[in-house]
Amino acid sequence: MKKLFGTKNMKKTTKDSFITYAMVILVFLIVQIMVGTGSMSSLLQGLLVPLCIYSIAAIGLNLCVGYLGELSLGHAGFMCVGAFSSAFFTKYMMDTGMNEILRFIIALIIGTLTAAFFGFLIGIPVLRLRGDYLAIVTLAFGEIIKNVMNVLYIVKDKDGLHFSMSDAASLNMAEEGTFLINGPKGIIGTPHQSTFTIGVILILVSLFVVYNLVNSRSGRAIMAIRDNRIAAESVGIPITKFKLMAFTLSAAIAGMGGVLYAHNLSTLTALPANFGYNMSIMLLVFVVLGGMGSFRGSIIAAVLLTMLPEVLRGLSDYRMLIYAVVLIAMMLFNWAPKAIEWRQRHSLKDMFTKKTKGVQ
Amino acid sequence: MSFIAYLINGISLGSVYAIIALGYTMVYGIAKMLNFAHGDVIMIGCYVVFTTMSGLQFNPLLSVLISVVVCTVLGITIEKVAYKPLRKASPLAVLITAIGVSYLLQNAALLVFGADTKSFSSIITLPALKLADGKLVISSVAVVTVVTCLIIMTGLMLFIKKTKAGRAMLAVSEDKDAAQLMGINVNGTISLTFAIGSGLAAIAGVLLCSAYPTLTPYIGSMPGIKAFTAAVFGGIGSVPGAFIGGILLGIIEVLGRAYISSQLSDAIVFAVLIIVLLVKPTGILGKPIHEKV
Repeated sequence: MKKLFGTKNMKKTTKDSFITYAMVILVFLIVQIMVGTGSMSSLLQGLLVPLCIYSIAAIGLNLCVGYLGELSLGHAGFMCVGAFSSAFFTKYMMDTGMNEILRFIIALIIGTLTAAFFGFLIGIPVLRLRGDYLAIVTLAFGEIIKNVMNVLYIVKDKDGLHFSMSDAASLNMAEEGTFLINGPKGIIGTPHQSTFTIGVILILVSLFVVYNLVNSRSGRAIMAIRDNRIAAESVGIPITKFKLMAFTLSAAIAGMGGVLYAHNLSTLTALPANFGYNMSIMLLVFVVLGGMGSFRGSIIAAVLLTMLPEVLRGLSDYRMLIYAVVLIAMMLFNWAPKAIEWRQRHSLKDMFTKKTKGVQ
Repeated sequence: MSFIAYLINGISLGSVYAIIALGYTMVYGIAKMLNFAHGDVIMIGCYVVFTTMSGLQFNPLLSVLISVVVCTVLGITIEKVAYKPLRKASPLAVLITAIGVSYLLQNAALLVFGADTKSFSSIITLPALKLADGKLVISSVAVVTVVTCLIIMTGLMLFIKKTKAGRAMLAVSEDKDAAQLMGINVNGTISLTFAIGSGLAAIAGVLLCSAYPTLTPYIGSMPGIKAFTAAVFGGIGSVPGAFIGGILLGIIEVLGRAYISSQLSDAIVFAVLIIVLLVKPTGILGKPIHEKV
């Protein structure tokens, strides 16, 4: 038995994922105790669900940036799709007397699947492109989604659903009808069903999925494509299939974050502030700061960067500026050839082991 | 008549896109990177003109000149500080850094100038042109924009074809290493490209703000992305391509806004981008890039 559970015999990747699960569960327990004993301010309690949302979305984006090696600037768009489709379902089912938990689970599945579907749909054409083009097209996609959501009107009355893309007046709705989606006003009156517990469960689920993917045969294929596309192709890896797989999954996870977002607020709107390009950039900052390819890092970065400005109120004006500086500094330090050389010469490991310098 | 009026509006807007697209296309051709911060350089240029003209009561032409100088210096500084160290790094790293710079400029402007919308008074105060017994009115801004765009295009083409520095730019975009072996100062040429692109961005910013007189720290990002779309549309790396792409995109946007839906005009522009990239990724005048192992 000891051998079976001993950490020594565990694969490095398995150990890595277990540390992350343990970290999330530990934080969850600490927070629960703090909430139970009343030692957490209401301000921080209000931040708990957003922390989960950002962590989940950052995990999704990290799969795309860190493992697929493609920069997506449209993950806010996928969150938007997930949020709106799930909130739409919840709103639609609200007066049918459906069990609330069941309704939330179905809404979650619908939101995730819709985001995955859009990821797949966008992925087919977009993944033929590379690098900068892919980034700009995903950005364009996110903007299109936001734009379309702002002109979408759906009304429910006794005749069924009415649908319009110009204005509310052209819907011909009966007097007792209710708005499901009211154009720029969005979806109003979604019940608050996202809790910290659900958020943590969803973080664990998405971690489980991504860890299992990246440590599998498919995951290794995805990384091979990232490192050298032509070499991967020449050993017979179907590029499109694996790229689509990673991209779709990445979109689905972002959509899951969106579902959580939709059920955390009573009013869901597709404003630039929530689902615009800045949201995608913020997720990117989390991923880059936490380390591309490290899911644990993404969670830590998302939590720290969201909490810090709230805790240190005076900093909140400078928050975005600091994000930007940190992003540039991290990229220069991690990727500039000169910085890499410098780090190799001044490595901490070498200092402790007193290795001869210059020997690699 | 309204169709012709829309068309003229479209050409005027397209001329602004074309000037911005020049900055993207030249930098992309030479440094092989998407300078995400280009749109925000435009915004800084607008704020400089606004501050010098409304705050310090400078002559409009003088404040445009100051704005061009500020943007040129800003462009060179950005290149030296953020992009040059990453010249041999992966494209993903360069792109993320460029996004960081864009974010930095936006938030710096937000802190310095505040988030409130400022109303920009147009620097062009000529009377509007009336044609066909007053049925067709062309604003002076539109005329000045199109004329400026044509002058810049011709000037830039002559510069690239006729001068030594311009031909060095062509050589560097063709093959950086070979150009260096021929004694071309590659770093200097790249800096020059950023300088020209950013200087033009300042002019584009003034024209844009004269046509749409609101000023916020975020005005640069959307026209920036659209101008990149225009550059891709016309074929990235090609100067005439940027012109054609810009004009076409401007016309598509204005006609789309007028005849399809005013709220969906951005979505239409981006749909064009997606379609172009799928059908002809090299754009109208672009050359196909062959990939080597």
